[in-house]
Amino acid sequence: MNEAALPPPRKHGRLVVRLLLLAAGFFAFGFALVPLYDTFCEAVGFNGKTLRDATQTKDLPPSAVDYSRTLGVQFTSTLMPGLPWEIRPLEPAIELHPGELRTTRFLVRNLSDQTIVGQAVPSVSPTVAARSFQKLDCFCFTQQTLAPGESREMALTFVVDSGISKDISELTLAYAFFPAPPKP
Amino acid sequence: MNTATHTLDPHAGHAHHPTGLMRWLTTTNHKDIGTMYLTFSLLMFFLGGAMILAVRAELFQPGLQLMKPEFFNQLIGVHALVMIFAALMPAATGFANWMIPLMIGAPDMALPRLNNWGFWLLPPAALLLTMPFILALFGIGDGAVATGWTLYAPLSVQGGIGVDFAIFSIHILGISSIMGSINIIATLLNMRAPGMTLMKMPLFCWGWLVTAVLLIITLPVLAGGVTMLLTDRHFGTHFFDAAGGGDPILFQHLFWFFGHPEVYILLLPVWGLMPHVLSTFTRKPIYGHTAQVYGFIAIGVLGLIVWAHHFMTAGLPVPALLYFMYSTMAISLPLAVLFFCWIATMWRGAMSFETPMLFAIGFIVLFGIAGLTGLVLADVAADAQYHHSYFVVAHFHYALFAGGIMGVMTGVYYWLPKWTGHMYSERLGKLHFWLTVVSFNFTFMPQFFLGLAGMPRRIPDYALQFTEFNAISTVGAFVLGLSQLLFAWNIWRCVKGGDKATDQVWEGTSGLEWELSSPPPYHSWDTQPVIKSSN
Repeated sequence: MNEAALPPPRKHGRLVVRLLLLAAGFFAFGFALVPLYDTFCEAVGFNGKTLRDATQTKDLPPSAVDYSRTLGVQFTSTLMPGLPWEIRPLEPAIELHPGELRTTRFLVRNLSDQTIVGQAVPSVSPTVAARSFQKLDCFCFTQQTLAPGESREMALTFVVDSGISKDISELTLAYAFFPAPPKP
Repeated sequence: MNTATHTLDPHAGHAHHPTGLMRWLTTTNHKDIGTMYLTFSLLMFFLGGAMILAVRAELFQPGLQLMKPEFFNQLIGVHALVMIFAALMPAATGFANWMIPLMIGAPDMALPRLNNWGFWLLPPAALLLTMPFILALFGIGDGAVATGWTLYAPLSVQGGIGVDFAIFSIHILGISSIMGSINIIATLLNMRAPGMTLMKMPLFCWGWLVTAVLLIITLPVLAGGVTMLLTDRHFGTHFFDAAGGGDPILFQHLFWFFGHPEVYILLLPVWGLMPHVLSTFTRKPIYGHTAQVYGFIAIGVLGLIVWAHHFMTAGLPVPALLYFMYSTMAISLPLAVLFFCWIATMWRGAMSFETPMLFAIGFIVLFGIAGLTGLVLADVAADAQYHHSYFVVAHFHYALFAGGIMGVMTGVYYWLPKWTGHMYSERLGKLHFWLTVVSFNFTFMPQFFLGLAGMPRRIPDYALQFTEFNAISTVGAFVLGLSQLLFAWNIWRCVKGGDKATDQVWEGTSGLEWELSSPPPYHSWDTQPVIKSSN
């Protein structure tokens, strides 16, 4: 066999290392997508994600109240499997002016005989309006613990930014209440 | 082209390789490994086929006759994983192992030991994937992964041990594919015969070069995604759990960032071999070699940035939908270039219709239907209606059976005489082709209409108005499945004996691989051939 015909093995080595690094880089890229995806969705309001806490990112008070417009805001809530609770908005639908500070309440009751921790996850539709829906205080910012049979009114204080698109006249804020995952 | 002489005695100076089982366990010979890949692929093709025949039998009539819905769900998911990861991908890798060194004048693959590893990871991975079926018989666990091959969260977070087995199986298959890809890239970049510039490299090699790069880019992302799934299931993370701040849609992004390029990973090697076959049986040079190379690269690049068209109904905002629609439709442009080149290669050629040519023409027609129905699905407005319907099932079987499997069969018939030194039975081959192409259309054409009429995919039972078309589809599927036994029989006969194949095999062949004997010596191209600069 004519060994001289073969390229030196080192030539393969450099290429293999580079290709392995490429593979490792894309493995890392997969994990980098997790924060990138969140940041992207929050930044542009895709996916109906609202800002976690508007007080941390916005100066208060927000833009002036726009009395020339009236928006309809509806509240809905669902329970995810495994959470033996009851939840309903005390005001299923309200009307407000953009820029107006409002507080609304949800009634939550633990129907079981155990202390249970839940976590509410909000979603706004239409999704393009999510960015304009600014929550100043919300029971969804933290996990909620309910004793057996306990019921509680949970408050949400929010502003719909007066810069909201003129095309939108109705908003829906939906809460999904999940059983809180065990602390890692 | 001009080649130096090569040794024709298969064992000259290499008498010491082990025999029997140890030969196959320890081999680093690209031809042995290619044979093992192809054999494994054929076995898995029948395993995955048997699973889906059980599914079609259940779907013959409305109502539940043969199995519980849970088992039905396991069958469809494992069918897809087996066909994609254990049948189609190893078939393409088998082709690469056998043909790339022969085509570029290299004595073997660049990294022979890695090659051996790459293959021997496959059987354990296939075992992991199917073992939960067997464990369930003994009362352990609740069967194989039942989420469909896409493993969508949150269903897969809640699933049984089958999901864990599938995750580890995907890890192993991924490692195997990445090792194979590194090997192929190293071979293609470093071991071409002197004078063979990248642009002169045969199109099959080009198809595989793009495939290998796509695999190295996308498989690690899938591996990361299923790793997150694993930690969500067992280690208290919430990547895909909304209550913990995660997002189940994120899984779909991670999955399809891999899943869409995967379609091209399965198809590019076939697109690469197609021009060789068309050129051989029309006795004309390949039309548009350079255009096809750029077509492959363009499809590879575009394929990486269109993934979300697989879940346009998941609630993406309109600007994102528009982007994914237009970018998806843009892929049809380079693909149309390939179709044009294939047809132009045949144009006014002296055509003859041996079995590989029949399969190649069948491929072009049926894969064309896959492309056109794909354009329909890419349309955001239409997709809202067609999403998750049988229309999608029909579409991707035109792409992956007619495009993928029939493409692989084209290659098998085309190269089998070169590999074995014998001609297969042309009569059986033609019978196999006609049975396959007719029963394939009987199986999947009705599914387009079922989907248009509103039948959802992945259900074991359906409304009465879908009965007739499902019955036709099931009959077609059984004929399709059984006629593949002819394929296996023909291959077996050809391996065992038959008319001697000449070195050139077919009248119109060109390329280095046809200058070697049939079968090629165990060690070929000990002395590198030299490609003259003038062509």
